[in-house]
Amino acid sequence: MPEQTASPKAQTGTAERDLTIVQALREAVREEMYRDEDVFVIGEDIRIGGSFLFTLGLLDEFGPDRVINTPISEAGFVGLATGAAIQGMRPIIDFQYGDFLFTAFDQIIQQATKLRYMSGGQVKIPLVFQLPTGASGRGAQHANAMEGFFYHIPGLKLVTPASPYDAKGLFKSAVRDDNVVLFCVHKHLYGSKGRQLQESSIARQYVPEEEYTIPLGVADVKREGSDITVVANLLMLHRALNVAAELAGEGISVEVVDPRTLAPLDSDTIVASVKKTGRLLVVEENSERGGWGAQVVADVASQAIGYIDAPIRRLATPDVPIPFAPVLEEAVIPSQTQIREAILELVRP
Amino acid sequence: MQIKKPKPPEPRELSGYEDGLLMEMYRRMFLIRNFELSVNDLFLRGLMPGTIHLSHGQEATTVGACLALHENDVVTLTHRGHGQGLAKGITPKSMMAELFGKVTGCCMGKGGSLHVGDISVGALPAIAIVGASSPIAAGMAFAFKRHQTGQIACNFFGEGAANKGDWHEALNLAALWALPVVFLCENNLYGVSTHMTDVMLNEYVSERAAAYHMPGVTIYGNDPIEVYDTVLEAAERARRGDGPTLVESLTYRRGGHKRDDPGTYRPQEEVEAWLAQDPVPAFRERLLTDKRFDEERLSGIEEAVGAELDHAVEFALSSDDPPTELALEHVYA
Repeated sequence: MPEQTASPKAQTGTAERDLTIVQALREAVREEMYRDEDVFVIGEDIRIGGSFLFTLGLLDEFGPDRVINTPISEAGFVGLATGAAIQGMRPIIDFQYGDFLFTAFDQIIQQATKLRYMSGGQVKIPLVFQLPTGASGRGAQHANAMEGFFYHIPGLKLVTPASPYDAKGLFKSAVRDDNVVLFCVHKHLYGSKGRQLQESSIARQYVPEEEYTIPLGVADVKREGSDITVVANLLMLHRALNVAAELAGEGISVEVVDPRTLAPLDSDTIVASVKKTGRLLVVEENSERGGWGAQVVADVASQAIGYIDAPIRRLATPDVPIPFAPVLEEAVIPSQTQIREAILELVRP
Repeated sequence: MQIKKPKPPEPRELSGYEDGLLMEMYRRMFLIRNFELSVNDLFLRGLMPGTIHLSHGQEATTVGACLALHENDVVTLTHRGHGQGLAKGITPKSMMAELFGKVTGCCMGKGGSLHVGDISVGALPAIAIVGASSPIAAGMAFAFKRHQTGQIACNFFGEGAANKGDWHEALNLAALWALPVVFLCENNLYGVSTHMTDVMLNEYVSERAAAYHMPGVTIYGNDPIEVYDTVLEAAERARRGDGPTLVESLTYRRGGHKRDDPGTYRPQEEVEAWLAQDPVPAFRERLLTDKRFDEERLSGIEEAVGAELDHAVEFALSSDDPPTELALEHVYA
């Protein structure tokens, strides 16, 4: 079994430190801005907090020179942040919706992630994108699972936090990282005022006041179990945990692994879990074709095929744009019912 | 399309310019011209890999602009970037080796002709996507302003970039935040085969500066003094904190878009008019009208440049290929 990197675990504590992801992120960004004067936030409408209130209150505390409200010019301010990063600053770009990254694709994929490589290491580009991802009842153009698109791109790190504790520790690591980091948070997980928050055991969580970081590239076993491994992230992780809790009462022991970062992907933790349980289900919100889950399956197949006792399954969104009607959106995104049925199918003798 | 012929202004008196500046101006122009001719030759002989976009004909613009900058100012280069990079101070040796994909190249062979650059001399490795460098230049200027370093950024681009969204977004942001950047349009009239008058109604790219409340000026770009004076003023304005300027420098490619393009889409009348205004010999002749310069001094410079280029080619040819492990390095910092 490969050695596992030590990973800090969420603990319990006082109720006033029970935070949502957006509250945890606001603490993280604030602390990083105090720690390093070169850190600044730039984006649309961030003077009033941005779409998911990630920057709420920051303007009053840090002023307009470090909380920079932009015109609707995604390519322009992504390129500008890239240039600033080349010259030693550490920008955090706040996107209202991750979906708007498409208008800046060239700046991200052709410029920010390649300038270091093409120059033979002459420059470094520490740049964080804070971006809401996934479907949330707004029709096809505000529902892209952005992590799926960027999974294929070399030269960037892809972080997908699903709990407040992880969000804070991972965000601080992202800001301190010298590379392009896409920090994708599901729209139903922020817990911003006026927004729907997914119900689950980790949607709100104790977050310590003390400084801590969580390294990028280390998966977390969110629930231990012995019958089957479910690998899931973002909203799907919450659904998997809810199903696992339900199935525990029915005598089925589900291990739930949260990759936490897709790039780098901690295959070792996933493979070790599958070797233990002998069964694998991967749940992801992005389109099935070419999704990151396929890579997880390939890694497991190449490293642990001899341990597998049942067919390997993936649950993902079918290859369609996301429809608006709530019943249709619900029908295409993997649901708790589907997750439950898939698990039962795999564990039944 | 509408033919645009060169309109050289009355040349300025050289007496007001320092000897060292004029010498360096000529040396760099001569170097770029011969570097490009040498690259063309090596390419046609099948010795050089990849593709090349030569900049001969545009030397006065790149050299005039770069000599108006400080050494620690930073320029962004285009796909036609050899001249811009050499003008800013990349050594011919490291650029030539880069074009050959050698490990001794300025980007260790990982950039090639389309991405040459050396940040240690203030030449950000070239951004070969049209228009994409303008926001990045604005961003470097943003950092200079924030850190109060006194540096400025100079963004080289062609007139084709002025039809890209990234370019417009960059001009707006730079003007809005008074960033210390000079937007320098090397207008050679053609985006590959497409004449500017077929794709914009403006007579000059510089007209578009007004839309962003920044000064815009069009100059004759085959006169290095004209370019030098204009960029110097724009750079000083940027350094003072008064924001960006759009400088449009009218010039012409002596060749096609790239190595296999004869450029036959250009009307003969226009080609002849521009080729007759060759900036390198024109500046040479002009220097000889000043009593500080004579034939001997100029041939001395030319011989030295010739030797430097011979050495650069030898160096590149005898350098090692990058070790294959290098393909996996520099992905992350």
